[in-house]
This record gives sequence, structure tokens and C-alpha cells, in this order.
Amino acid sequence: MKIAVCIKRVPEMDVRFKIAPNGTSVDETGLKWDMSDFDGYAVEAALQMTEKLGSGEVVVVTVGPDAAQETLRKALSMGATRAVHLKANAIPFDNFAIARALAAELQGGGYDLILFGKMSIDSSNGAVGPITAELLNLPCVSAASKLEVANGKGTARRELEGAAELLEFPLPAVVSIDEGVARPRYPSLKGIMAAKKKPLEVKPAQLGDVRLTVSTMALPPERPPGRILGEGVAAVPELVRLLQTEAKVL
Amino acid sequence: MANNVLAFAESRGGDLRKVAYEAVTAARALADATGGEVHAVVAGPPGIAAKAGALGTYGADVVTVVEHAAFADYNPEALAALVAERAKGGGYRVVTLIASAQGKDLAPRVAGKLGVPLASDLTMVRLDGDKLVGTHPVNTGKVIATVTLAANPAVVSLRPGAVTAAEKPRSARVDSAAPSGDPAASRVKVTQTIAGNTAKLDLGDAPVIVSGGRGLKAAENFKLVEDLAAAFGNAAVGATRAVTDDGWRPHSDQIGQTGRQVSPNLYVAVGISGAIQHLAGMRTSKTIVAINKDPEAPIFKVADYGIVGDVLEVVPALTAAVKAAKGQ
Repeated sequence: MKIAVCIKRVPEMDVRFKIAPNGTSVDETGLKWDMSDFDGYAVEAALQMTEKLGSGEVVVVTVGPDAAQETLRKALSMGATRAVHLKANAIPFDNFAIARALAAELQGGGYDLILFGKMSIDSSNGAVGPITAELLNLPCVSAASKLEVANGKGTARRELEGAAELLEFPLPAVVSIDEGVARPRYPSLKGIMAAKKKPLEVKPAQLGDVRLTVSTMALPPERPPGRILGEGVAAVPELVRLLQTEAKVL
Repeated sequence: MANNVLAFAESRGGDLRKVAYEAVTAARALADATGGEVHAVVAGPPGIAAKAGALGTYGADVVTVVEHAAFADYNPEALAALVAERAKGGGYRVVTLIASAQGKDLAPRVAGKLGVPLASDLTMVRLDGDKLVGTHPVNTGKVIATVTLAANPAVVSLRPGAVTAAEKPRSARVDSAAPSGDPAASRVKVTQTIAGNTAKLDLGDAPVIVSGGRGLKAAENFKLVEDLAAAFGNAAVGATRAVTDDGWRPHSDQIGQTGRQVSPNLYVAVGISGAIQHLAGMRTSKTIVAINKDPEAPIFKVADYGIVGDVLEVVPALTAAVKAAKGQ
């Protein structure tokens, strides 16, 4: 079983972002970076599949600047076999351009499964996986909350609004992973040491035209400061009055 | 003339979904700006044609209906092929979808088939000369990106609820068309659609959400949250990730960075401390109420109205007061 997992380096979200002077990106000063959350679930799912089979290869691929190699090393330290860095000055916002670069790399690679996180936690588009599948003409399931593969076939579950659907598809296929599938492991010290010696190949990212761009970034309007109305049951009548007269939602 | 707009009208179980009208409403606004027509496309099992006329009410000039037994469940490959083929054939300026669970899956497939990027999950969209401009929350809603798409057609998905479906009646011409290829031959097949509790309001549709966290102390105390939701009458029940991870509530109820992102008129946070991951899913709600025993809890920073106290005491009192206010 040969599995590719496409991952992205993203800033950690637990901060107050500032806008960079160019007005089109966030100020990166002081930001910490990590693998995008859902990509971690995808790496874990791939590792569990090959571990269960007792054989196979997990190849992690990313598009980005040199710093994105840290993210690849993290996946290697979790247990991935090797890594491919598709080098670009920056990660473009254009999901088609990223998919084009990934498809060029993955085409002909003999992968049984190509995994993605269901979306990156920063740009939140969820489009690169399905577009890559289209470019490779492979079956695709997005946002799988359960995934099993056996005998050249996959089954998956997707969560819908107040419902869910079960799907079946032949391999090779592209699947993007929701968090239900597998909780990512922490890299062990042994894993971190081993990762330093694992192969990491660098190639230029073939992005092509970029047609979707960020023209401005801004912080959302601040919520007006809230009010604590009081303590305990005694504050309930005032809350109900405000919901009726001020917020007009009751 | 490439100034028409193609709207994808989502259906499930042989009926249109509310987001179908949102897709047509968004398309109508764009077409009014270009002076073009709105063409809606709907696919479903035989019988869906009877529902198609309703799309004219929201501003579709032409509704194309594709009936096939293999559209009874969601059929992503056949739908993507159909929408992409219609988009190519009609010379459209924009293709609008809604970023529902289905639309999030379908929209990038359509964009991929058309060889263009997807402007996804937009909260606003407009045409600006030969460009399409939209706003899209990034970094868990902490930053708003204005994105520019220079592609023809411009394929966009809009966040559910970003556009309010508005009636703009047209006497829509309803056509029927054949699928693109054989929908029964799709490689990816939905083998089962598991219906949830259909009597329950979906989190995305509910004007009021009452949500519970670990502060409720035990799974059985979620009854208090359900009772308060029932008192509002038009409310859905949500939960924090801690609660869904513990199995108190199903995973599908989770609101937050990795769950559902909601913006109801009223969000009542019960026993929720307000971890950043949770705030990412509800901070755009119009009015936020927080009930929590810890006055320092971060939820009070985003709440319009807060009550400090024991949720097990305050919530039943609030339920009774809401019932009284509603004359129940």
C-alpha cells in the first residue's frame, strides 16, 4: 500500500493576529507554525493503515517555502517514510495552482491512496484535495469522518447537516480527512531522531498561473464589550428583559 | 453572452434544500449587476421536476431539471459532470453553489473540471469589472480575507446563511435535460444516506442555538439545555468539543474550529468556558448569552449578556422565564 499525504504548514491559531503592512497577509512576527490540524489526522490515518497491513509507504508532500520542511520533518517523525518539498516562495491562496503542482508530482507515482486534510485551518477552502482528484481523474471522497480500505476498495462516511452518508469507491482514490478518523500521535524522541535521516526531496512547485489571490486582509469588527448582568437566578429577569427589548430575539 | 449566472440548486431525498434558494438568490443579485439571466440546475430522482418551479420564485429565469434514479442519493461525480457541462455549454460568467456539506464537496469538483480555482465559503460576493471579488473568513474567523478571482467562469461557493433567500418572482421556463454521461456508472457511490432526527432543527438553519459545555458536569444535565431550546421553540442544541469527545453528545453537534461554524440570531452558551476553538465556531452570532460559574471565563469577553452562576440553577430559571415570556 503506497499512500501520499498532502500537508500544509500553517500558523498556530491561538493568537491575536495582526495584519502585515502590505495589507494582504497576516504579520508573521512571533507566530508559531505547525502542520494544519486536519492534515495531522490524515497523516495518522495513513500511518495506521500501513501499520495494520505491516507493509507500505507513506510519502508526505507539501508546497511552500523552505520553512515548510519543518512540517515535513514533523510528519517524518510521526512515522512517514519519505517527504517531497515542492518549493515555492510562498504558499499561494489559489487552490487550483496548488492542486496543479501536487498533481504534477503525484501523477504516475503509483499511489493507492492520496490523502488530504478536509481543509487547511488557515485558508479554510477545502478545495485542493478534490481539484487534485479531478486533475488526476481519480475517484474522490471529501471530509471523510470514517475511512477503511481493503481489497482495492474503500468505504467512507461523511457527515451532513443532520444526517450522514456512507460511500464506496475503488482505489486508487483521493480522500480528504475529517477529524473523526484518527487522532494524530505525538512524535516520539526516537521518531524525531529517525526523521533527520529520512529522505526529503526538494523540487520546484509547478504552480502555473495564479488566478485566485488575496487582495486585502482585515480584522473582523470587534464585538462591543459584553455585560455581566449579575449573579445566579436573580439575574434571569433582567436577561429576559434585554433579550426582548434590546436584542429583540425573544 | 457571458453575463448569465448558473446556480446549482441542491436537493436531498427528492426535495430541494433551503440552500437551493440561497444559491438562486445570490445568482440573481450577480445577474442583475451584469444584466444577465439566472439559470438554475437541479438534479434528483424522478419527481424532482415538480419542485423546480419554486426556484423561479427566487429569481431563476430558466430551470433545467435532470431526473435520474441514480440521483436519488448524492452522486458527486455525475453532478459535477452535469454542472461543469452546463457551465461550459452556456458560456456563464459565474457559477454559484452554497458551501453546505454537499456544496463543499461538489464546488471544487466543478472548478477542477472547468480548470479554474474555487472562491470558496464566501460571505459576500460581487463582480468588479472582469474580476469577481468576495470576502472569506480565514484563520478560524479571526481574519477576513477579500479575495479576487480572475477566471471565467468564476466558480464560487457561499457560506450557508450568508445570503438570505429572497423572493424575486419570475415565470421561470422549466426545461428537462439528460445527465452528462451515465450517472449509474459513477466510481464513487453513496450506498446509504443515514437520516438524522429530521424533527430536529439543523444548527445551520436554527435562529437560536443553545449550546452546552463541560460546566454541565454530567451527560444527563444536557436535558437542561434541551429544555431551554424547547422553550425558545426555534432552537437547535449544540455542544463543545470536550462534550462531543466525551460522548455526551454526537460529533455532529460540535460547534467550533473543527466542527460547525454557526451565526444564529441568538447563541446561548451554557457552562462553556469559551476556549478559542469554540469561539471560532460561534463568534459571529448576532447576540451571545453566556451562563458560567467562573466570572473570568473567556466566554464573557464575547458575550453580550452574561450571568455568573451555577448553570444547574440558572438554566431552569431561564427556561421558566422564556416560557413565561412566550406565554407558554
